[in-house]
Amino acid sequence: MKVVAKKIRVLIGKVGLDGHDRGVKLVARALRDAGVEVIYTGLHQTPEQVVAAAIQEDVDAIGLSVLSGAHNYLLPRVLELLKERGADDIVVFGGGIIPDEDVPRLKAAGVRTLFRPGTPMSDVVDFVKGMKQ
Amino acid sequence: MQDRKERKDRFDSLSGSPIARLYTKNDLKDWEAERDLGLPGEFPYTRGIYPTMYRGRLWTMRQFAGFGTAADTNARFKYLLEQGQTGLSVAFDMPTLMGLDSDDPRARGEVGYCGVAVASLEDMDRLFDGIPLDRVTTSMTINGPAAILFAMYLAVAKRREIPVDRLGGTLQNDILKEYIAQKEWLFPPEPHLRLITDTIAYCTSHVPKWHPVSISGYHIREAGSNALQELAFTLYDGLTYVEAAVKAGLAVDTFAPQLSFFFNVHNDFFEEIAKFRAARRLWAREMERRYHPKDPRSLQLRCHAQTAGCSLMAQQPMNNVVRTTLQALAAVLGGTQSLHTNSMDETLALPTQEAVTLALRTQQVIAHESEVPNTVDPLGGSYYVERLTNQLEEAARDYFRKLDEMGGMLKAIERGFPQREILNASQRYQREVEKKERVIVGVNEYVEPETHPIPILKIGPEVEASQIQRLAALRARRDSYKVAGTLQAVQEAAACAENLMPYLLDAVKAEATLGEMCAALREVFGTYKEPVVL
Repeated sequence: MKVVAKKIRVLIGKVGLDGHDRGVKLVARALRDAGVEVIYTGLHQTPEQVVAAAIQEDVDAIGLSVLSGAHNYLLPRVLELLKERGADDIVVFGGGIIPDEDVPRLKAAGVRTLFRPGTPMSDVVDFVKGMKQ
Repeated sequence: MQDRKERKDRFDSLSGSPIARLYTKNDLKDWEAERDLGLPGEFPYTRGIYPTMYRGRLWTMRQFAGFGTAADTNARFKYLLEQGQTGLSVAFDMPTLMGLDSDDPRARGEVGYCGVAVASLEDMDRLFDGIPLDRVTTSMTINGPAAILFAMYLAVAKRREIPVDRLGGTLQNDILKEYIAQKEWLFPPEPHLRLITDTIAYCTSHVPKWHPVSISGYHIREAGSNALQELAFTLYDGLTYVEAAVKAGLAVDTFAPQLSFFFNVHNDFFEEIAKFRAARRLWAREMERRYHPKDPRSLQLRCHAQTAGCSLMAQQPMNNVVRTTLQALAAVLGGTQSLHTNSMDETLALPTQEAVTLALRTQQVIAHESEVPNTVDPLGGSYYVERLTNQLEEAARDYFRKLDEMGGMLKAIERGFPQREILNASQRYQREVEKKERVIVGVNEYVEPETHPIPILKIGPEVEASQIQRLAALRARRDSYKVAGTLQAVQEAAACAENLMPYLLDAVKAEATLGEMCAALREVFGTYKEPVVL
């Protein structure tokens, strides 16, 4: 008997005010091409909007892109809201212009991993496919 | 010749067009030097817009700067001027770019991070404290709320009793590329276009030395386009603004000489040089064909250039200095009027003072040590460069035809056409890099296991706190009755066809904040949701 694996669902979006969506769209396309179900939120999302959409869409993970330097507030805020809503089983990962020294703090806040400039798309796909194992 | 083995099966430009082993006069069969090249300072301006180019005057060295509070950035401006920089260029933070005050809930975590926070006339005044506005030209990278920030700048000059007709500078004020690439808009396209024609009209009669729009390919390129798309979409955007202004009743020669352009300079050295040359020729020819201006300056494409931020790499960041040097040299060989060189640390954060100084020094070395600026358009007549220039102009015309068929740029944006072209190009580039068809030194080849961290600029949460405090004090201090009255007048002018600039100036002088003015306009103009292209 063939077991059909449930497709991984990932919400991909831009949180905060910056509109730099080159990277996030490439990530969304790469995941989609790899068979992941991608829900793209579009631009200028607040942490509240991201969390509401993630819960409504029943996703396995949230991937957020921030290139404005506001990651130190926005990413922990998303995790805080997920916790409040009892949805902290959703994996959160991020990407963007994130300096080395901010990484430990963001990981301590619960961000599973951060993809930084120069990351091959295959790394993001491998992470998403392997994150539940 | 055929059987000589080469390193690769195919050599392509960064735009994806094949490059031949050798270029000869056979590649320029339809090319006529008199018609297609001409002389510098003469139609079609392929060789440059001035007869003497850098022998007359070097390009303006204009480093884009802004972070933290107005006082922080003011100190950086003064430092850059002391170091020999010849013009200022303001980077605003995300809330300012989006028309939000620093104390807006949506501004949380973003205040002062990727630029300077300016929410009020007081902030603008502090930003230019001690800087002679009548002697230094200032470029402001602001789009959605451009008219408001411009009104603040004019109000600061008026406070200092500097006549505004002596102010020189540039407002980016290019909303089309926001919908296409950078994605920072406040309203739907039509009211934004009206705000742009309002600023153009206001400048023609009050601030004649100002450049009211800087038609920008930079962000289109950063969003992933290739050089050809950057060229085609940017010039087509320019023609769209000219058409809007002419439709609004302005004679072309009253404003076209003040239009300016802003291009990216990426890694493909010769293609980039050809892009600048093709841009000047295409603009001159299209403006001539469409509007028959009497003033030759209406045909001249003036531009600022910035080295490609997206070409900088976080791995082995010192290599970025070398990339930037080559790109800057290409911009100079392309004949730019002003230049920003990126700092090596900008893939990680805003630049430190040390990094920005090195970036400025890079331009100074090209200007004073390389001897490159001693002659005009040194590559003119090169088989390869002329061939590339021809190809780019022709291919850009193909894009023009497609855009015309769609009914213009606004219709094309609605259909997601430029957005999709850019996304496809950026995906192609990404794949080429990942397959190592394109080598990026230190990233996919010559990789070092050890990282060597470089110092980066840190911005703390205290910037946000101090901005919130200042705004609270401002709101308590000002005449709120007067503020409400001027905002009401802004809304009434917005609802009819009157030029908004005088009303925005009144509101600015009454110390209405940026966020309040944008909210007032939003009630009249509405908001915009982009068609999602994925």
